[in-house]
Amino acid sequence: MTAIPRYLRLAFGIVVIAGLIVVPMNFNRYGLFILSQWAVMTIAAMGLNLTLGYAGQVSLAQGAFVGIGAYAAAIMTTQGIPLIAALGVAVVVCFAVGWVLGYPALRVQHHYLAFVTLAFSTLAFLVFRNEDWLTKGIYGISNIPRPHVFGLATNRPLPFYYVCLGSLGLVTLAVWWLIRSPWGRAFLALRENPVRALSLGVDTRRYTLMAFAIGSALGGFAGALYAPLTQYIDPVPFNLSLSLDILMMVIVGGAGFFFGPFLGAMISVLLPEWLRFTQGYYLMLYAIAVILLLIYSPTGILGILDRYLAERRTKTASALRAVAKSKLETVP
Amino acid sequence: MTAVLQVRNIRKSFGGITAVDGVSFDVEEGEILGLIGPNGCGKSTLFNCILGQLTPSDGEVKVDGRVVTGLRPSELNRLGVSRTFQLLQVFPKLSVRENLILAGQEHQGSMMSRLFGPSDAGQTEAADRMIAFFGLGHLAAEPAGGLSYGQQKLLDAAMAFMGGPRLVLLDEPAGGVNLTMLADLKARLAAINREKRATFVVIEHNMEFVMSLCSRVMVMAEGKVLAMGKPAEVRANPAVIEAYLGH
Repeated sequence: MTAIPRYLRLAFGIVVIAGLIVVPMNFNRYGLFILSQWAVMTIAAMGLNLTLGYAGQVSLAQGAFVGIGAYAAAIMTTQGIPLIAALGVAVVVCFAVGWVLGYPALRVQHHYLAFVTLAFSTLAFLVFRNEDWLTKGIYGISNIPRPHVFGLATNRPLPFYYVCLGSLGLVTLAVWWLIRSPWGRAFLALRENPVRALSLGVDTRRYTLMAFAIGSALGGFAGALYAPLTQYIDPVPFNLSLSLDILMMVIVGGAGFFFGPFLGAMISVLLPEWLRFTQGYYLMLYAIAVILLLIYSPTGILGILDRYLAERRTKTASALRAVAKSKLETVP
Repeated sequence: MTAVLQVRNIRKSFGGITAVDGVSFDVEEGEILGLIGPNGCGKSTLFNCILGQLTPSDGEVKVDGRVVTGLRPSELNRLGVSRTFQLLQVFPKLSVRENLILAGQEHQGSMMSRLFGPSDAGQTEAADRMIAFFGLGHLAAEPAGGLSYGQQKLLDAAMAFMGGPRLVLLDEPAGGVNLTMLADLKARLAAINREKRATFVVIEHNMEFVMSLCSRVMVMAEGKVLAMGKPAEVRANPAVIEAYLGH
């Protein structure tokens, strides 16, 4: 990524942020809902990107954490507790559960770990569906209120979109800080070579658990926004397919790339909407597009960009070497 | 002289096979001990038992008089015991500098202080000194995966010296390294040994390298210590010639 000049990146970032603030002002209710959903799903995917993309721990349970966060928020806010408190509880609960779910990762890896987390996902879904006293079972929880932020009601779609966007901004900054801190380096070490990391003093056990806990906490964060966004939740959206969806967002966007989840969530949330004109075919077209992308670039969309930049860097470097060599040869 | 490393009666069995069979030795401070022996004689297994990568079936390891058997490799490393690996073990996607920063960052402060501290955990300077010392300056920003085999070996050794270890166990540092680079590596190891009073244990098949670098040599065969002494003594020992040098 370093090949793009800093000022260009900065300018691009400002344009995108300004666009995300200004352009949706003219959107209708549905457009705003979709865009809010993108922001929420991006947060969940950033969490999984941390666990999977950076620390290399496969998880098929991110959807379950979104569910736990959503139910925590729904149950508490319908009792009159403010969303910010519910959000805090959702994050703490998901952090704790994620930490515990990390323990199997200390023993099993890759597809075995995927199965463990898949089992957890199913377990969470069964709790949402069957524990009527807590979750109201298949009837779901309705009339979930939207929060007041600094005394302003966010009942209308546009203000609530800004709540989602603002939250995404905060999470982005926090994750960016985490990734560039020594922890980010330790997570990468965990993914690239855990044996060597261990021999260099990296407490791989604690970092693995942290990667799971923080990733899961972000899933809970996303869930706590999802509940007031839809204002009604039932168990169905939190089944295994949500976990697979979030996994796909991470992979398609580019696992281990900071902005991968933004792109992945965009494709997963927006592309089906754009393909709606094809009616019954849209899921098929969508699936084919994803397959083709992953054949062309297994490292996702940002992987394509990364490859291009790496190639350019190599070309520049070899050009520089050629120049240096010709200079050496002309010296008598 | 105090013993930095005391190994007492270490035994390690895998199923019916005893890979290390009751090995005991001391390593004095500032010493370079060579560890030689035919392939499969248990050298690397012994290393793994000392470093906590494997749990010995029996026996005890002390570092600076403190029992460390059963500690995890990361804990042992933070106590000042470091290692290199026989096969290449660098982080290919991280740059050379990042590899070294990683190797040093866990040695200071707590996990929490590192999270809120500077991005490089204050290790850039030490990393750059190490890069200069090992002559990798022109490669500092390159991904480690793009380095040649010999350069990666140097990086692997450099990583073991981040954080200023007291004791370093090197597993075949010379394997696959060309002659020029080998002389380089030997000079650097000797310099670190002299200046920092770092203690080394070196597994190596290159006899010239071992005999010229090490102050003492231990010979293993079939999981046991066969001989121990000055390089010249060991070279002259008939049992050693029989088991190893004679072939």
